[in-house]
Amino acid sequence: MSVLAAPPASTRLARRPDWVAWLGVAPFFVFAAMFLIAPTAWLLVGAFQDHEGAFTFGNIVRLGQPSIRLSYWLSLEVSAASAILGALIGLVVALAALRGGLPSWLRPTLMTFSGVASNFAGVPLAFAFMATLGRLGLVTVLLRNVGIDLYAHGFNILTFWGLTITYLYFQIPLMVLVVTPAIDGLKSEWAEAAEMLGASPWQYWRLIALPVLWPSIMGAALLLFANAFGAIATAYALTGSSFNIAPILLYAQIRGDVLHDPNLGYALALGMLAITGASNLAYLALRARSDRWLR
Amino acid sequence: MKRGHPGAWAAVALGGLYFLAPLVATFEFSLRMRRGVYSFDAYRVVFASGNFQASFLYSTVVALVTIVVAALIVVPAAYFVQLRLPRLRGIVEFITLLPLVIPAIVLVFGFIRLYGSSSVLPLTATSLGADALLTFGYVGLGLPYMYRSVDAGLSAIDVRTLTEAAESQGAGAVTILFQVILPNIRSAILSGAFLTFAIVIGEFTFASLLDRPAFGPYLQLIGASRAYEPSALAVMAFALTWACLGLMQLVGGAPAAGARR
Repeated sequence: MSVLAAPPASTRLARRPDWVAWLGVAPFFVFAAMFLIAPTAWLLVGAFQDHEGAFTFGNIVRLGQPSIRLSYWLSLEVSAASAILGALIGLVVALAALRGGLPSWLRPTLMTFSGVASNFAGVPLAFAFMATLGRLGLVTVLLRNVGIDLYAHGFNILTFWGLTITYLYFQIPLMVLVVTPAIDGLKSEWAEAAEMLGASPWQYWRLIALPVLWPSIMGAALLLFANAFGAIATAYALTGSSFNIAPILLYAQIRGDVLHDPNLGYALALGMLAITGASNLAYLALRARSDRWLR
Repeated sequence: MKRGHPGAWAAVALGGLYFLAPLVATFEFSLRMRRGVYSFDAYRVVFASGNFQASFLYSTVVALVTIVVAALIVVPAAYFVQLRLPRLRGIVEFITLLPLVIPAIVLVFGFIRLYGSSSVLPLTATSLGADALLTFGYVGLGLPYMYRSVDAGLSAIDVRTLTEAAESQGAGAVTILFQVILPNIRSAILSGAFLTFAIVIGEFTFASLLDRPAFGPYLQLIGASRAYEPSALAVMAFALTWACLGLMQLVGGAPAAGARR
């Protein structure tokens, strides 16, 4: 048997196992096992162990303690707000640029810009918004000069809405990129047929276009949600550790065991993975549904 | 559809304003270092800083090694899956999506637990080991984009005919991969490479938690301690992202939906 392990000289499509091909895909699977699956699995194991390594659900139960619950809740709020607003605004911008009868150069411009902006995140994005909406930011100062003092009205870039507005900078472009194929999938025959049957544009959008787009919109919103939920660099650079969303709490836990319980830390990570995993799965399921219309 | 609906104009104009305002504001702020006049002092200070040079160089090297490793892993896998092991396609595509599902902070936590100093394979114990770990982490971050790009590149050429032609000339699998397939999907690999570069050059989470002297943690440190330099760095980072994505489109890829972090 072991003789077969050497690559055979003939590379014809063989009845025997195709050793050359398996050798070619092996690095990929070794990489995935060592640097994607095993590290994640090892955390999951830790989440269900106590200090002595015995099986327990105690860590999961202790995720319910107020400080952890609060950080999850903050994360859920920021992610949901930036996902819903990002999906709505992104949809409107994409519809306007693609179906609003605007000049044709707008489309490639929007796509290129969305590609750049959806990848412009992390620490530099935080800097940009500090310079824009921070206490001395350009927009803050300009608005103050015309009599609108944001900070006097309780706004602060380091709070919930500040972070949400910052996240929208990559959420809206991501929505534009994800929803554009779905908008392109709206066939002009449908609009024509609706018009011939006497439907108003409003009726066409409400009864035909939106129901067709709906799974794509929902799916994209879930993708945006997961995208924001796992993000840490922007929030950390913007607020330090003062805004205790789940990834920042996890960061502090990895750095210095702030929970004084390593296994509770693994459970915290498991909780995050469960949330991003569920929303990604729902996204894939909804995309499979909407793909039917895009053929 | 009506021509140039006013509502459509308003939506696009408002969107444009929201996206341009931070760029203008950041640029303006970066010029304010010298009191009373606009100057490029902040940029001069940044470029002259040894930490800037060292961390940027470090991250550039890591990014380039990441791209080479990713290509070496992805190209053979995508090639053999497409040509000879199509039944593996589902599982391979599923794996390439994992880095989008597992938050970076969770994955790096797993790295530290699995490869920490008290483990069987204590990669974090040495600085070279930690560099390797960072690189493999980045290969993972770039995997979805690299795989999709290479797979699309392979679909666009006639892999089977090229392979059979090379085989009939007596070429072996390695020769075919490196001398026939690779040159034909060069632009697809480059396209994945530019996006990978854009994602990892300023990456913070992995680099910070693995204690690497990379550009991302340097950015964060400057942000916490300086006033004008962060804006100059943000302008540079935006220009860099723009350049990477621009080059990617130039070599023939579509803008990819990404975003990380």
